Amino acid sequence: MTNTPETGRTSRVQIRLVIVQVLICSMLATLGGRLWYIQIRNGDEYSYEARHNHVQRVVQPAVRGPILDARGVALADNETRLVVSASRTALMKMKDKGKGVLTRLADVLDMTPKEVMEKVRICDSETPAPCWNGSPYQPIPVTSEATTQQALQIRERPEEFPGITAEPTAVRRYPAPGGARTAQVLGYLSPVTDEEIQKAKNTDSPHLRSDQVGRSGIERTYDRELRGKAAVTSYEVDNLGRVMGQTRSDPGVPGSTLVTSIDARVQAVAEFELQQAMKTVRQETDKITGRKYEADAGAVVVMESKTGRIVAMASQPDYDPNAWVGGISAKDYARLTSKNSNYPLLNRAIQGQAPAGSIFKVVSASAAVRAGYPFDSRYNCSSSYSLGGRSFANFESKGHGPITLGEALKFSCNTVFYALGHKEWQRDGGLTPKKDAHDWFYRTAREFGLGSETGVDLPNEVTGRIPDRQWKKSFWKANKDAWCKQGKKGGTYVEQIAYESCLEGNQLKAFDSINFAIGQGDVLVTPIQMATAYAAISNGGTLYNPTVGKAVISPDGKRTDVIQPTPHGRLPVDAETLKDLDKGLRMVVEPGGTAAWRFGGWPQDKIPMRAKTGTAQVYGKQTTSWLATYTDDFTIVMTISQGGTGSGASGPAVRNIYNAMYGLDMEGGFDPARALLPKPQTKLPAVRPDGTIEAPEVKPYVPPSPEDLAPPALAGPPAPPPSWQD
Amino acid sequence: MQTANKFSVSRYAPERGAMAKLTSRDSVLRRLDWPILLSALALSLLGTLLVWSATRNRTQLNQGDPYYFLVRHAMNTGIGLVLMIGTIWLGHRTLRGAVPVLYGISLVLIIAVLTPLGATINGAHAWIVIGGGFSLQPSEFVKITIILVMAMLLAARVDAGDIAHPDHRTVVKALLLAAAPMGIIMLMPDLGSVMVMVVIVLGVLLASGASNRWVFGLLGSGVAGAVLVWQLGILDEYQINRFAAFANPELDPAGVGYNTNQARIAIGSGGLTGSGLFKGSQTTGQFVPEQQTDFVFTVAGEELGFIGAGLILVLLGVILWRACVIARETTELYGTIVCAGIIAWFAFQSFENIGMTLGIMPVAGLPLPFVSYGGSSMFAVWVAIGLLQSIKVQRPMSA
Repeated sequence: MTNTPETGRTSRVQIRLVIVQVLICSMLATLGGRLWYIQIRNGDEYSYEARHNHVQRVVQPAVRGPILDARGVALADNETRLVVSASRTALMKMKDKGKGVLTRLADVLDMTPKEVMEKVRICDSETPAPCWNGSPYQPIPVTSEATTQQALQIRERPEEFPGITAEPTAVRRYPAPGGARTAQVLGYLSPVTDEEIQKAKNTDSPHLRSDQVGRSGIERTYDRELRGKAAVTSYEVDNLGRVMGQTRSDPGVPGSTLVTSIDARVQAVAEFELQQAMKTVRQETDKITGRKYEADAGAVVVMESKTGRIVAMASQPDYDPNAWVGGISAKDYARLTSKNSNYPLLNRAIQGQAPAGSIFKVVSASAAVRAGYPFDSRYNCSSSYSLGGRSFANFESKGHGPITLGEALKFSCNTVFYALGHKEWQRDGGLTPKKDAHDWFYRTAREFGLGSETGVDLPNEVTGRIPDRQWKKSFWKANKDAWCKQGKKGGTYVEQIAYESCLEGNQLKAFDSINFAIGQGDVLVTPIQMATAYAAISNGGTLYNPTVGKAVISPDGKRTDVIQPTPHGRLPVDAETLKDLDKGLRMVVEPGGTAAWRFGGWPQDKIPMRAKTGTAQVYGKQTTSWLATYTDDFTIVMTISQGGTGSGASGPAVRNIYNAMYGLDMEGGFDPARALLPKPQTKLPAVRPDGTIEAPEVKPYVPPSPEDLAPPALAGPPAPPPSWQD
Repeated sequence: MQTANKFSVSRYAPERGAMAKLTSRDSVLRRLDWPILLSALALSLLGTLLVWSATRNRTQLNQGDPYYFLVRHAMNTGIGLVLMIGTIWLGHRTLRGAVPVLYGISLVLIIAVLTPLGATINGAHAWIVIGGGFSLQPSEFVKITIILVMAMLLAARVDAGDIAHPDHRTVVKALLLAAAPMGIIMLMPDLGSVMVMVVIVLGVLLASGASNRWVFGLLGSGVAGAVLVWQLGILDEYQINRFAAFANPELDPAGVGYNTNQARIAIGSGGLTGSGLFKGSQTTGQFVPEQQTDFVFTVAGEELGFIGAGLILVLLGVILWRACVIARETTELYGTIVCAGIIAWFAFQSFENIGMTLGIMPVAGLPLPFVSYGGSSMFAVWVAIGLLQSIKVQRPMSA
């Protein structure tokens, strides 16, 4: 052996073998190091990814809570419908982008292929409605009104309808009990957008892709309470999505029940009477313009005076909220958002603003008292008031001689307030205001809650406008360029106004002040603001946040959270003045008052009625009718745009609403069986042990017949003098 | 180590019984390299468990029988053991005489793959279907024949004592002989196998003592070739992305990137001790494709953790280390070259296979020796173990 030459191992080979051995060692070390890095160093990160990898979440959306009226009658609830949905992701994978499937589907559903395709297209800046503005990864509802027959056709032939599902689904329903649509107050739902999902991602109330979200009305304000929490079950799945086990399940909670202060019966009456009043007034000819009244919009608010709770709120034009359910159609959407239909989505009780007209005079009277003019002193109600060579006439140019402020409310005397407004303007320094100017009229208006939101629990309330010096200045700054361009000395009326505004539109003039004193000019108010203010006069001076929501009841009925009335301020007048105002407003319905002719036969001794009429002038339009009224318990404010006078247009409607609530007829006859709501509803609806809520039946409102409405022969004041119609 | 005073030359020993032969001090059994044998056996058994775990639920693969792959992998190991024993019994020197025949057979087999006899499995047209559910991947055996044919040529004159190192002519001849089957396999195309063979050739050249110029020339031309392919834009962008996806899975998230991503998640989630056999969610959920073959290491990573996966590295390390020792200690250049070829083969294939699951190597369809499921691969690596044992056991030829 030893003599065998060792031919196999030269030093070159030997060295190379050592190098190979070193290489192998470093290779193994590399693998070991990397293994350590992945498994030990970053192991947690990968475990987390692995957990997410194999968990599939199945979401069962929560049933949205119902919205009830004060007695438990459903204003919004859910019903099970057969919803046919299309999965966009599945359709997009097809060669023809799902065209064939959708065409076949249209055939089964008795729709045109175009309609179906419009429903499933995704909204973007260039796509007109209808389109799907929810998530593209969510099944898109094509119809929620499929018949059992249609659903069966789809489900029995899955190979012909890939990506199409037909399943019973809980969809929102607005049953309009007794005809009370309550459309703008309830609002509507539409699918959640990607943006909203992102935004709510890290809050304690995240959205799911399948969520419907309240877009307006109380559906929006109380969305969180109504929505509940979806049930989420996490399944462990394999790479093909096959379920291997259930890991975790989150049972979910149905939405809570929202009890509102709305009384469906009163709401139905209010809606009907508002519409009826507008219809009636359209038959009448406006003496100023010589045309029939347009009565293009109107609103009425019925409020509990002592709590600010809203018993009824109607806005015209209105719409059927069920149009939104299951995706709105192109036609409906166009109608709801067009100028021709005058934007029925607007809730004019909180979003409609107009000059207040004479219902503003409670503010002016209060301002006068604050400025030191005694309520019961005598002020000359002349037939006209002249200012700078111009004469401002009283309504119908009638004078009443020296009267108290209370009587000034009764007759709605403009010249008394003209004079007071003018005097105060002068005391504040006129065109060159003092540093410590009181601005009693403007300040009092603000302290009555005008020019700012009332805080009603409905979204997108508008503020109205109090045109004080500050506002004048900023408004002038914003518009002077346009005015100066348009204005022309000695031109047309509009050009002349623009010319003047260009020169000195930043000044609060005497003219502005006397106009403001009777609620005219640039002042704008909303019906809800006036209702809040009048309710405050009646309740001793507290301005309540108006509320529609009254209580949130948990789905099992075990927990009730009452939404307490919250005040946001007090009227800036003492109790004495409030009593005086109240007396003055009471005289308005009594013989000689401007609303007396509409309240003939009213049992004023039993249910004292206070009222203030208003007829506001709007440049280029017919006058706006206002009627603000209250009893001890309720406040009703109605307005009709281009509807004529306060008592003329709104009077009968408001009277009918009161009659229905108190169970009265035109003669003042009282029938307790017919009284819908003689006292505010204080009790919440009863919850049964199983969590459901008892709901009384609601009979549709039967309006009084023309004979019933005939003016009483004896009771009440004499026939209406036209001059007191204001 | 191999010195005369350690054992006598058996040729001159009197005839003994078979049992006595096996148990005597200088018996084959005693001279076997037990660390290699035990490591290879341990890897195969571990592989059996891992393959079983990976395929228990894959009903579309195991034809409804959860033990299908368990049984087959164990069977393959058994056959591999028999092949190893056969190889030891024949001895590498006997095989040296048969190399031309073996080389011829493997050429015929790989050409047959290109004929209608061949079949495509997993995207590679590299198989011959034998029938009865069996198929053969000739390129696995070609790895051995390339090693043997090159070793034979390169060592012939050196072992005869004519020259100290193979001359250029011999090197060229050896390279041509290796290139022929590699060219055919490239046509299949089975690029993974060709890569392994290139590394084998490199290892063989290194161990043969061929001039440095050849070694560096081969390395250089490899690099130049890669650069050329890249520069000429022969590859489509998606192919480049697939190649690069190991480092950045986002480049090909649905394809190779998906595999590497899922593989890394599987291994990473194992942690120190793993989730326990059959309990890995990535494995039971079948998130890692090809998990019983190319990605079998991920099962170890997830279910056995750092400890189990590290054990595989250690066992492979023992085999490679012992193989290096054998290569250095054998007196014939032939044995050294064969050892080196096998080392290059095992080392590269292990590094590439494990490296790709760990995201440090590009994805290529190469099995992990002993562990991955696959008959041809299993048989080939056990024959290679047989060759290593034979080199260890047999004394050098006397001059």
